[in-house]
Formats: sequence, C-alpha cells, structure tokens
Amino acid sequence: MFVTSAVVTAAGDTVSRIGTMFLGLAVFGAVFIGILLLASLFKGRVGEKVQAAAFVGPTIFFIAIALIYPAILTIRRAFYSGKFFDLNFGTPRTRGKFVGFDNFQALWTTPGLPEVFRNTAFWVVLVPFFATGLGLLYAILIDRARGEAAAKALIFLPMAISMVGATLIWKFVYFYNGSPDATQVGLLNAIITKLGMQPIDFIGNPPGNTFALIAIMVWIQAGFAMTVLSAAIKAIPDEIIEAAKLDGVKGLQMFRYVTLPSIRSSVIVVLTTIAIATLKAFDIVQASSGGKFGDSILANEFYNRSFVTQQPGLGAAIAIVIFLLVSPIIVFNVIQLRKDA
Amino acid sequence: MSTATPPPVSTEMAEDETHVEAKTPHGSGGSGRRFGRSATGNAARAVTNPWASAVAIIMALAWTTPTVGLLVTSFRNQQDIQETGWWQALSTGFTLDNYSQVLGGAEGQPPLTDFIVNSFVIAIPAVFLPLLLASLASYAFAWIDFPFRNALFVGVFALQIVPLQIALLPLVTMYQQIGINGTYWALWLSHSAFALPLAVFLLHNFMKEIPASLLEAARVDGAGHVRIFFQVLLPLITPALASFGIFQFLWVWNDLLVAITMLGGNAGEGSLAPLTMVLNNISGTLGNRWYLMSAAAFISIAFPVAVFLSLQRYFVRGLLAGGTKG
Repeated sequence: MFVTSAVVTAAGDTVSRIGTMFLGLAVFGAVFIGILLLASLFKGRVGEKVQAAAFVGPTIFFIAIALIYPAILTIRRAFYSGKFFDLNFGTPRTRGKFVGFDNFQALWTTPGLPEVFRNTAFWVVLVPFFATGLGLLYAILIDRARGEAAAKALIFLPMAISMVGATLIWKFVYFYNGSPDATQVGLLNAIITKLGMQPIDFIGNPPGNTFALIAIMVWIQAGFAMTVLSAAIKAIPDEIIEAAKLDGVKGLQMFRYVTLPSIRSSVIVVLTTIAIATLKAFDIVQASSGGKFGDSILANEFYNRSFVTQQPGLGAAIAIVIFLLVSPIIVFNVIQLRKDA
Repeated sequence: MSTATPPPVSTEMAEDETHVEAKTPHGSGGSGRRFGRSATGNAARAVTNPWASAVAIIMALAWTTPTVGLLVTSFRNQQDIQETGWWQALSTGFTLDNYSQVLGGAEGQPPLTDFIVNSFVIAIPAVFLPLLLASLASYAFAWIDFPFRNALFVGVFALQIVPLQIALLPLVTMYQQIGINGTYWALWLSHSAFALPLAVFLLHNFMKEIPASLLEAARVDGAGHVRIFFQVLLPLITPALASFGIFQFLWVWNDLLVAITMLGGNAGEGSLAPLTMVLNNISGTLGNRWYLMSAAAFISIAFPVAVFLSLQRYFVRGLLAGGTKG
C-alpha cells in the first residue's frame, strides 16, 4: 500500500517536472514570437531601428542583468566583510562592513591559500602544455593513417564526458587500498605492486595528488587540441610542402620549419583556450576530494569560501583574481591573432 | 569571418574532419601511400614508422583504458570488484545488478531515474532559450545597420571572458528576491545568460557567411527583416544552430558548478539536482562502493556520449568555428 502510493507520487512528480519543462519552453517560445510580431508591425526607416532593437535588445538586456550587473556586485562585495551575500537588501545587522582591501590581503595570509595559488600555477602551466603537446603529437602520428576518424574519436571522447564523470573514471584508476596485503584493484597501484613497489595514495597525498588531478584535465583537453590542430595541419596548402620538398627539407625539419609555423596561430588558440578552461574548472578538484588534501585550486576555493566556509567577501576576491588571470590570456590571444591576420 | 577572433580554420575544413580516411592513394611507394604527402606524414616517417605507430597506439590505449576499466567494473558484482582487478573480469563473470540497484535506489540513494529526468528538464530549455535569443541578436548584428552595432558586438563577444564564478553569487541573491531561487527557472536563466556571448559570436560567424545577394533579393521583393529571418536565414543556418545546440547541451548536462550553486548542494530525494550533482555527492558518500559509483557514472555519461557520437560532425564544426567555453 505504502509502496504503491510512493510510486504513484514519484510518477506524478516526474510528470509535473516534465510539465514544468514544457511550461518553460512555451514561455520562452512565446517571448520569442512576441518580439517578432512586435518587430514586424513597424515598417520603413523607423521600422529598421525598431526591428534592430527588438532583435538585439533582449540579448543585451539579458546579458546586462544576468552577467554585467552581478559581476559589478561581486566586485563590490570583495570590499566588504560579513557572512551573507546580501549587500543591498540585508538588514544592518547582517550587512557587511566596508573593509577596503582586507579580503585581497587575506588571499595571502589565510592558511592554505598560498598553496592554492601554487597549485593553480601548476595547473595553468602544465595542463595547456601537455594537452596541446600530446594532442599535436597524436594529430601528427595519425594524420592520413588508416582508420584516422576512429583513432581520433578515441582521444576525443573524453570531451563529451562531464568532468565529474572523468574524475570518477580516474579515481578508479588511482584507487588505493591502504590496508596491508590488500589486493590493489586500481590499475596503477596494481601495476606498481606487481613491480614489487609499495602502493601510492594518489588522491590523498600532497603535493603529488595535484599532478594526479592535472593528468585528468590533460586527458580531457587533449582531444580538443588534437581536433583543432589536426584540422589546421590538413589546411596547410600542398604547394608549400611540395616547395619545401624540392628544397630538400625532410622529416623533423619539415615539422620545425614548415608545419609548426603554418599552424602557429592554431597552437596559440589551443594553448590559451585550454589555459582559460583550466583556470575556471572546479569540478575535478571538487569531485576528487573537495580540495581537502592540499590539492585545492582557485576555482574550487571560490566555491569553498563562498558556500562552505561562508566567507563571501573572500570568495568574491577569488572570483576577481580568476577574472584578472583570465583577461590577459585572452587579450594576448586576440593580439596574436590580429598579428597573423 | 570578419570578427575579432578569426577562427583557426575555416568551417569547410570541419567537413574533412569527419571523412573516414584520406582518399589519396597516390605514389606507388608503400610509405608514400600510407601517409599521403602531408608535411606531417614526412615528419612521422622520419621518426620511423614502427615507432610512430607504437606511440599512437600507446596513446590511444592510455586514453581509453580508464573508461573501459570503469565500464567493465560497472558490470561486476561487489565482491568481485573488491577482490580482483577489472582486467580479470572474464574469469569472474558479469551482472546487471549494479544498474538495476542504482536506477531503483540503493544504499540510501534515491533512484537515479529521477535525476535523469532532472538533467533533461534542465538541459532542454537551457539549450532552447539561448538559441532563440542568440539567433535573433546575431541576425541583427550581421545584417541590420544600427547605431553602435560594432561596439555592442565587441562588447558581447568580450563577455565570453567573464568567468561565471564572478556572476554566480549575486545571481542567487537576485533569484531569491524574485522568488525563483532553487527552481528550474533559475538554472535555465543562468545557463542561458552564460551561453549567450558564445552563442551570439558563433551564430554571427555563420550568418555573415551567407551571401548578401540572397538577402538583397528578398529585400527587393519587399520582405521585412522578420520574414527574411524566417524564410531565408533560419533554414540556412540550421547546421550552425545544431552545432551550438550540441555544445550547449553537453555543457549544461555536464555542468556541476551552476547546479550546485543554484540548488544549494542538496542532491537528495525529490531535489531538482542533475546527474552530475548526484555523482559528485556519491563520490564522497559512497566512498569505495565502486559497484554503485561505476554504474551511476556510466548512466550519466551515456547520454552526452550518445549525442556526441551521433552528431560529432556538427560538434567538430562548432569547435573549429571558435566554440569553446570554460
């Protein structure tokens, strides 16, 4: 009796959730059609302006309300103390006090945070370097080889997997059984013990665990690098290669003096894109241990400070640091591409 | 593609990406046929063929073995997993119990089916809304002349660099004020807002490539922008819509940060949590119960991988047109 009623409520619940989804879709669709109908009412030169506003307006408005305004609030929040985020609407009791640059100073003085910066530096240097390097190597090795598409899909597939899923997959590879004489069912520790060495706690032991997690991100991002660079390699005109061949350029020289310069801008795009993704990625550290084994990085610390330890001022300061670290990479990227164009 | 960041390669290249093999068996020499005449073929040949193949095979193995290991594990019973490595699975046998347990609810976990529904309910409107808004905006940016057009476009494009961390907390407060915090609406709106800069940029690139003569012809016939948008542009940019749609679907489906922030970390019975949040939770609470974790992981992975494999060509096309997001 009880069980059936539970099943019925669960089923009813599912239906209501899907109903909410269709309601959402209907509302979004209605807004879209409303905008178009409104825009089509106006004709002539005024109509042109009204239509432009109707087409672009919603996006600009949405971005202003949901991205720019919150970003400004976060920047402001970084200069206030207190436990709650409510900066404008909180009661005077819960509202934070203006503390100047204290939160930014706390980035260096809070125990544990300096090593977060160190770990982040490892991530942002090693992940782009290895992901791009391995992706390029693989792209070259399988270029025009038999079964190229299938070979690419193997490396590319991790891109479709969530970082949480990827972390679980690798946690099993790294799995460590601490009790003596236990069978190691994790692949790496099984190999290590087979070779007669002591098993290693890959996830729990700093600073090594940071590199174990970096390997996961490399595993995810190499497919992206491989795809973009492989397309770039195929886009090199045959004439250039023929000409180089006639000049007697061969093998690695060809790679160094012809291939690499030709795909230079793609390599830069790949390196910077992966660096940015790495700075923002919090899922891997979160799903592996939440960063409690000295392996936290900035993106994860933002979450920890904002929600777990209830220091939104410090969390906001960390978010701003991430933003400040990302911006020069993108500016560099754009300048490089302009130079090439 | 006359935008601030020229994509690394033209989108036509993406077509080649999906070809199974280079179809140029020219050159009668064996090695020439193997690698074609690309520069890299020469480079690879210089490292000598057996070595090149060996390295490629080792890499392919290193990239697939972890996934295969967990996949095999998800079909083994609890005792086998604890006592033997997954590579010995052939001698211990397989079972579907883990999947039925995870889907039906086990070890204090609510059934996973609820969260599969959640993931879909979150993802579908979160793909739909930015597609609608961005297709309109990118049309105007590409084909309607209005004041500050370029400045606004560069502004929208530049917002791609804003890490979503910087907007998250105030958004939660704003949702609380209008009473939609912790609902699907909060997730849909957040995902859409974070997607819009990239969506506008990508779709604009595709819109720009459509020949102006097509639009002029329609204008001469007296069609307004709304009609042109529907009758001329929309059918032509369907592949671009598909590209972005796949991106956004994978991104929303795989997202953890936005969900965990907006829903407050509750992934228990009756919550609106997507699969990623449940996975993240059981990664902590189920500890070493790999028989459940592996099955749950593969259920969550199955959908994006299916989408990815069936629509890979659109995905790659979007990727090469500059579609990346962190």
